[in-house]
Amino acid sequence: MDFSAILISLRTASLSIVITFFLGILAARWVVSIRTTVLKTIIDGIFTLPLVLPPTVAGFFLLYIFGVRRPIGQFFLDVLGTKIVFSWGATVIAAVVVSFPLMYRSARGAFEQVDQNLIHAARTIGMSEWRIFWRIVLPLALPGVASGGILAFARGLGEFGATAMIAGNIAGKTRTLPLAVYSAVAAGDMEAAYEYVGILVGISFLVVVGMNWFTARERRYKAGGRAK
Amino acid sequence: MSLKVDIHKKLKGFALDVCFDSGGAPLGILGASGSGKSMTLKCIAGIESPDSGHISVNGRVLYDSARKINVKPQKRNIGYLFQNYALFPNMTVAQNIACALPGSRAGKAPKVDELVRRFALDGLAGRYPAQLSGGQQQRVALARILAYEPEVLLLDEPFSALDAFLKEALQVEMRQLLAQYGGDTVLVTHNRDEVYRLSEDLLVLDGGRALSMAPTEETFEKPRQVQVARLTGCKNFSRAVKLDDTHVEATDWRLRLQVAAPIPENLTHIGIRAHYFVPADDDMAMPNRFPIAVHSLLEDPFEWNVMFHLPGVQHSPQTGIWWKYAKQQHNGALPKMLSVTPQNVLLLEGDG
Repeated sequence: MDFSAILISLRTASLSIVITFFLGILAARWVVSIRTTVLKTIIDGIFTLPLVLPPTVAGFFLLYIFGVRRPIGQFFLDVLGTKIVFSWGATVIAAVVVSFPLMYRSARGAFEQVDQNLIHAARTIGMSEWRIFWRIVLPLALPGVASGGILAFARGLGEFGATAMIAGNIAGKTRTLPLAVYSAVAAGDMEAAYEYVGILVGISFLVVVGMNWFTARERRYKAGGRAK
Repeated sequence: MSLKVDIHKKLKGFALDVCFDSGGAPLGILGASGSGKSMTLKCIAGIESPDSGHISVNGRVLYDSARKINVKPQKRNIGYLFQNYALFPNMTVAQNIACALPGSRAGKAPKVDELVRRFALDGLAGRYPAQLSGGQQQRVALARILAYEPEVLLLDEPFSALDAFLKEALQVEMRQLLAQYGGDTVLVTHNRDEVYRLSEDLLVLDGGRALSMAPTEETFEKPRQVQVARLTGCKNFSRAVKLDDTHVEATDWRLRLQVAAPIPENLTHIGIRAHYFVPADDDMAMPNRFPIAVHSLLEDPFEWNVMFHLPGVQHSPQTGIWWKYAKQQHNGALPKMLSVTPQNVLLLEGDG
């Protein structure tokens, strides 16, 4: 078994969930504040698209954007001196794009559940929009936001199609666990495949348990909770 | 102290069109649900924006469509007590109150302590809102609002979320609070008892329009329109025509009544409150004495509700008349004759 796949996968999933988590929250906060229905629907559609597209199609678009002969890809190559396609960074980009809709949708749903009167009341006692978000909306939406984060982490960890398209399957560089499973089976090395599969199942199971813990956790301020 | 409001806003099904000028005395706004009363408060607080108009407090303009002024709710300095109190459930009582105070955490502490004591919340500062009773929640919400020292206090159906036995005690507290509070207050409710107990001036809203604006007592004593009389609790209405300077004919009831002059020119209806009939079997000299045919009876714990009509008149919702009397006052057989004093016949206009 090649341990590099495990390391690459964990590094990719960890970095991508940090990016996805904050991007998803900001995107959800923005969409919730849009007032025109048409614009809201269009933006929501674009943000959700990677969830419903086949990952290979998402990867195709990423290739289209970051390819070295495209403006953005060329910019990275000429100005920053890095090639995005077939680099480790590409695995992160693929994971972020594909897991983003899960984070965004969970956060948006959780934000919209927060009683509007709380926000109105906060405004009338002089709290700034930013403070209202950090002190009231986010804490109240936390169970939904956290479970969205966990789902997004699992999705990023399992990402295959888009990663194969934009990052390729280079052992020790861009070969994540799902790609390692594929490669091992393709090469007829079932021993290695079992081990990779075992690790993926183990991590995924922990993720599900973690999510249940977050969503079912009795919040201390709910009725029946004890005062400090 | 003055609050000037003149706003227009198109809403689903009707247009809100309200104009009033509060001179410092507690103002009540009475209206049925969907009359636009909560929307009026939300526009004053800046939670909603009117389509056009003007709002100012003590000369400070908060909203003016012509001058394109629309001050953010954060800068309006207007306190809003929500129907469900809108306490932040993730914060303790002390944290909720501290949210409305400026400055550092340490600087806020003495002020929070003072408010906790003033609103009789001792020992509850560390509790979360869900662990408090409805009355305690209301006190926390008021403490949080007054921590912000608003120039105007808006109360949106403040007692509707409370159990009946708590309401009256809290209304007494609220009366004391309003008496001490220096700024303007506006109380919105559909409950005539609340508005009578807590406001000095009264604006009656119906379908987004102001029907009347007058001292509360006067509005209850002498309502001029059918809708106003109905909102202040009058249950009996009949179409009416003027006969002479002191007499009208209640056409739905087929009853000739002596009334107090002057009779308005545009009289269309009369109204009589269910409490104002008195038994008149023996006293022949009473004015407006008439025989009754009892149609149905409803028993309350301490009152009888009698639905009657005039003998010979076909019973219908128009001809039925309610009489309410305390069991203690009169607890024998039902009288055969009732009467009503001329001053207690309300002379009204409006299409009902």
